[in-house]
Amino acid sequence: MTQYIIRRLLYSLPLLMGVNILTFVLFFVVNSPDDMARMQLGQKHVTEQAIANWKQQHGYDVPLLWNSDAQGEKKLINTIFYQKSVGLFLFRFGVSDSGRNIGADIKERAWPSLAVALPTLMIGLLVNICFALMMVLFRSTYLEHAGIVLCVILMSISSLFYIIGGQFFIGKVLRLVPISGYDDGMAAIKFLILPVLIGVFSGIGSGARWYRTLFLEEVEKDYVRTARAKGLSETQTLFRHVLPNAMIPILTGVVVVLPLLFMGSLIMESFFSIPGLGSYTIDAINSQDFAIVRAMVFLGSVLYVIGLLLTDISYTLVDPRVRLS
Amino acid sequence: MNNPLLTVEHLSVAFNHKQQTVVDNISFEIHAGETFALVGESGSGKSITALSVLRLLPNNARFNADAITLKGDDLLKRSELELCKIRGRCIGFIFQDPMSSLNPVMTIGSQIEEVIKLHFDLPRDEVQQRALELLQQVELPEAQQRIKDYPHQLSGGQRQRVMIAIALAGKPDLLIADEPTTSLDVTIQAQILALLKNIQQQTGMALWLISHDLALVSSIADRVAVMQQGKIVEIGATAEFFNQPKHPYTRKLLNALPSMQSCLAHSTEEKPPLLQVSDFYCHYPIRKGIFKRIVDYVRAVDGVSFDIQQGKTLALVGESGCGKTTLGKSLLNLIPGSGRVVINGVELNGLTGEALRQQRANIQIVFQDPFSSMNPRMLVGDIIAEGIRALHPEVSADQRKDRVRQLLQQVDLPEDSALRYPHEFSGGQRQRICIARALAVDPKLIVCDEPTSALDVSVQAQIIQLLKTLQREKGVSYLFITHDLAVVAEIADDVAVMYQGKIIEQGGVAEVLTQPKQAYTQKLLAAVPVLKVDK
Amino acid sequence: MVVLWTDALIYLLIVVMLTLGLYLRGKEHIQRPLQQISRSKIGMVSLVVLVFFVLIGLLDSVHFKPANDKKNEIISLLDDWATPLREHGEKTYSAPFATTLYSKEMIMLADGSMQWGYPRLEFGGRHLDDPETQRIPDILQKGLYGLAQGLGLMGLFMLLCYAVRQTYYERLNFIVRPECEGREGIEAQDPEPISPSTKAVWLVLFIIVPLATALIHLSAYYHVFGTDKVGEDVFYQAVKSIRTGLVIGTLTTLIMLPMAIIFGILAGFFRGWVDDIIQYIYTTLNSIPGVLLIAASILMVQVYMANHEADFTSVIVRADMRLLFLCMILGVTSWTGLCRLLRAETLKLREMEYVQAAQALGVKQDTILVRHILPNVMHIVLISVVLDFSSLVLAEAVLSYINIGVDPTSYSWGNMINGARLEMAREPIVWWSLTAAFVFMFALVLAANLFADVVQDAFDPRRSGNE
Repeated sequence: MTQYIIRRLLYSLPLLMGVNILTFVLFFVVNSPDDMARMQLGQKHVTEQAIANWKQQHGYDVPLLWNSDAQGEKKLINTIFYQKSVGLFLFRFGVSDSGRNIGADIKERAWPSLAVALPTLMIGLLVNICFALMMVLFRSTYLEHAGIVLCVILMSISSLFYIIGGQFFIGKVLRLVPISGYDDGMAAIKFLILPVLIGVFSGIGSGARWYRTLFLEEVEKDYVRTARAKGLSETQTLFRHVLPNAMIPILTGVVVVLPLLFMGSLIMESFFSIPGLGSYTIDAINSQDFAIVRAMVFLGSVLYVIGLLLTDISYTLVDPRVRLS
Repeated sequence: MNNPLLTVEHLSVAFNHKQQTVVDNISFEIHAGETFALVGESGSGKSITALSVLRLLPNNARFNADAITLKGDDLLKRSELELCKIRGRCIGFIFQDPMSSLNPVMTIGSQIEEVIKLHFDLPRDEVQQRALELLQQVELPEAQQRIKDYPHQLSGGQRQRVMIAIALAGKPDLLIADEPTTSLDVTIQAQILALLKNIQQQTGMALWLISHDLALVSSIADRVAVMQQGKIVEIGATAEFFNQPKHPYTRKLLNALPSMQSCLAHSTEEKPPLLQVSDFYCHYPIRKGIFKRIVDYVRAVDGVSFDIQQGKTLALVGESGCGKTTLGKSLLNLIPGSGRVVINGVELNGLTGEALRQQRANIQIVFQDPFSSMNPRMLVGDIIAEGIRALHPEVSADQRKDRVRQLLQQVDLPEDSALRYPHEFSGGQRQRICIARALAVDPKLIVCDEPTSALDVSVQAQIIQLLKTLQREKGVSYLFITHDLAVVAEIADDVAVMYQGKIIEQGGVAEVLTQPKQAYTQKLLAAVPVLKVDK
Repeated sequence: MVVLWTDALIYLLIVVMLTLGLYLRGKEHIQRPLQQISRSKIGMVSLVVLVFFVLIGLLDSVHFKPANDKKNEIISLLDDWATPLREHGEKTYSAPFATTLYSKEMIMLADGSMQWGYPRLEFGGRHLDDPETQRIPDILQKGLYGLAQGLGLMGLFMLLCYAVRQTYYERLNFIVRPECEGREGIEAQDPEPISPSTKAVWLVLFIIVPLATALIHLSAYYHVFGTDKVGEDVFYQAVKSIRTGLVIGTLTTLIMLPMAIIFGILAGFFRGWVDDIIQYIYTTLNSIPGVLLIAASILMVQVYMANHEADFTSVIVRADMRLLFLCMILGVTSWTGLCRLLRAETLKLREMEYVQAAQALGVKQDTILVRHILPNVMHIVLISVVLDFSSLVLAEAVLSYINIGVDPTSYSWGNMINGARLEMAREPIVWWSLTAAFVFMFALVLAANLFADVVQDAFDPRRSGNE
């Protein structure tokens, strides 16, 4: 088991290196720092001097990979690759193009993101499973058919409309909760209700449909027939035999996204003005702050790799066939 | 005779998506304490009959019957909820495949306890005690420790014992066993049958055995019914049934059974060797640790040597997992193996790439499963011609067509088969196509990997006849891989018995089958169900 | 005629689909599922809706420079037909079917005095003398006229179809009869009854076509979906957005398919180091959150475009390039899922006995790949293409909303939503842009989802048991 985890950890190193190199190529090779400077400073009539100043301010005034002017190990260290990309491995995110400390920003903004994303995921999981179970319980009846049609209709609506509609009806017409905003501590709850509700609702269509196929796959297996031959009723079979088996893929599917919850959801946070990492990223994209986008790309892939690791571990915990082989 | 335990009157079952009825107006009864066998080939509707008694049919099935009476109680009048109290309690059910029929994420103990808790109001420790007793009753070794095991930790035979324990847990009056031994090895099969018989004597319950195997049925049943295409064509007491079969279909089934006696008919004349295999190994590495170092090997084939003579058949016999299929496939270089293989004077080991490809024509293979051995997207004609196209690209399209026509004729298929798709053919016909495909490149040797195991007994006999005819006409040799000793007696000239990767006994077929020297061979032979006919 | 990059790819897509269709025409394993689809009411109805959208999209994909060229503009056939809509801009917001602007302004009256009120629109309802009383009867009259036009058109079309059908069966009978005398089974005297799915198709056509003609007829006199902030007709915007949605939904797939198929099959078939490398590539790509990768790439494209402005001669070429880039980037981020599926399936297939039999027969590896593996994974490809389509259309809206989607100057539902959402806070609310985007998008995505369901049912061997 320990050996297995160590092997998985070692396997994730080349992955992160790959991500790092990819982002480096994307950000510094496709366009040179000069291009970026020109973009930031406005398009035309930019003097060479202004560009040089900008590059020096933001630390882009060194060569990309190999500094032949420097001495000794400085040849490697005084390069953009070393300073901007390798540092990410140690979670040194550096400063943003607007001069703020990215690491501190991330620490501060991760919690509001989590406060929205975690309840959305958990409640959504519960609702979807219940909905899917109902459809499976009433399979081959009109109820199931109506359920499927409802799911298809729900998943054909863009999430943007869920948000706009929810804000309009619950926030503006009914005035039950504030339309957007955020507060610290327990006061945050009244701001969280609407985004969580909308998040759950917009996920029902695809989620319940997906779980339904998982359940149906299990229902057709032989052991379900055995369970019914034992004298278990339809409902008992569903809860005692089908549910535990179908929960294995469902749970492991949830585990992989758990770490990514810190990243928050881009549109949710920007619509509801929640000061999380999602809106942080959007702001960075809109103000074309490359340092932040780069940091978020790397952070996202680290979290995904952790998610993969957790998935593997959770498989061994939940599934006796994996655990005991 | 007193009142029957179970009566089925005029039962019919049909599926929504198919036109014809699967079970067509059948009636029968089962008496307390007797063993009733329902025999039929695949698709005859025997399992569906059993499932419909307990209303366990799939959703898309429609059934109707005049009455299904259990101990005077009409089950058709019972609601679904009331039927739940009968399932498991009055009627126990054993299914064919014990692996898929057990819940993989529950311990075997809790799967047994579930039935006890459902049907008896017992305190917790008594439930556990009862589950343990049941496991001991079905003779699961080390029941005390294994009760917390999961199904995947048990062997096939052990799993079937657990299945039986589950079926017995409700103390049923009737035990339905749907092909309980079909997926098991022959020696395990004999053990499970003995166990069922034993338990039946202890408890006095009735046993309803569903099987395709007439020989097996003859040794255990009191009464036998034969089903053909949804109808019961003949029903009677066992002795009467086997001695004076009335219906032509029953007679056809009995005649098709391979007989162990036929092994004496083979000639013992020596011929020059075609294939010589010596010191052949197939090892798979087992990797462990952080860097996946090779720590050990699975010795699937562990140093075997044998010869096959020209125009003769060597049967490779063994139980599942003994390495016989691995050996067959690695002779064709489909699986890497090592050792000396000489065919027709050409040494095959060490050949790679184009040189190996040119030698492919010498050995061909026919697989077990006639459904997965043909590309469903190709026409039968293209399937048969594939080898010619690959190995003889110089042959023109017209010549190829002629050759395909000729091959189809040889395997007794109509000429227009070439323009049809594989799914339009039955299992036996597909196997004929596979034989034609192998013959297309004029091989010296055909490896037949259990070619008849997936087929019904009457079809099996036809395929064996076809293989024998082709051998007579073309002088091709066979390496016939099988677990079925009765088939061996029909077709083989020589036999090699494989056990745990090694050949433990080989020789002429009459010699090995009548005077086996090794204990394992003797055990195998003893376990083969033999048709008991008192003449 | 001007061929934009996306136009060229669309033409390529059509050519590919036609050749594939011709190649697979006689193959039975394709025909059976196709027949199943044609028997499904839902499938055929959604297909009709999809075809309707595709036709509009195709009209919008034939670009040219108009002859009486003033502004050096590139326009499409659709633009040409909708010239009045395109040019009849108002000053700012106006509600659907309105005759006045949405907000009050100082109006100069005929006598030169100023008044605070709702000014009349320049084009919407201009033909009315007294909007107060004439407007609603006029709308009803024009709408009914449009409906009648459509119904008449459909009636003619139906008569035509009926006539063709009759002559077809008469000729069939004429040919078949003498030959099949005495033979059983072939009795083609009577035309087979019209299937329920065909009836459903006719019903939908009878709804869609009159509705479309009515809308077209009305839009000549009114802004049926109102106008937006700069006074542009919202109906025109929504119709123009169809092409963007379709391009994203189809071209992305076209771009990612070769990658996914080749890598997936190679990894599954050869295993070993090939598999290791391909798995490494797609896990790496997968581990970067999709939105961020798209954001980063689009940022880079923006920088590139900003620094190479000379290469992009007009706004429409520039917007088109960005659309193409978006498709490519979406393709790069979305091929991994299909690749993984194909790898798993190929791993299963290579152990199938017919592949082993082919090896034993000495068939070369590349032939095995093309003849045995590829045809047997195509159903997965097909299913994932139709399934992906709707999610890509939805994704476009979200991406455009966070400014990393299509160019802000091009028409797309995402841009429409983005522009309209700020007006949600207005009192009274400006709702028509959102509604128009919602209706069009919902119709397209729902049709695509329903169709995907039917296709999956028909082609997935596990679901239909047709293997």
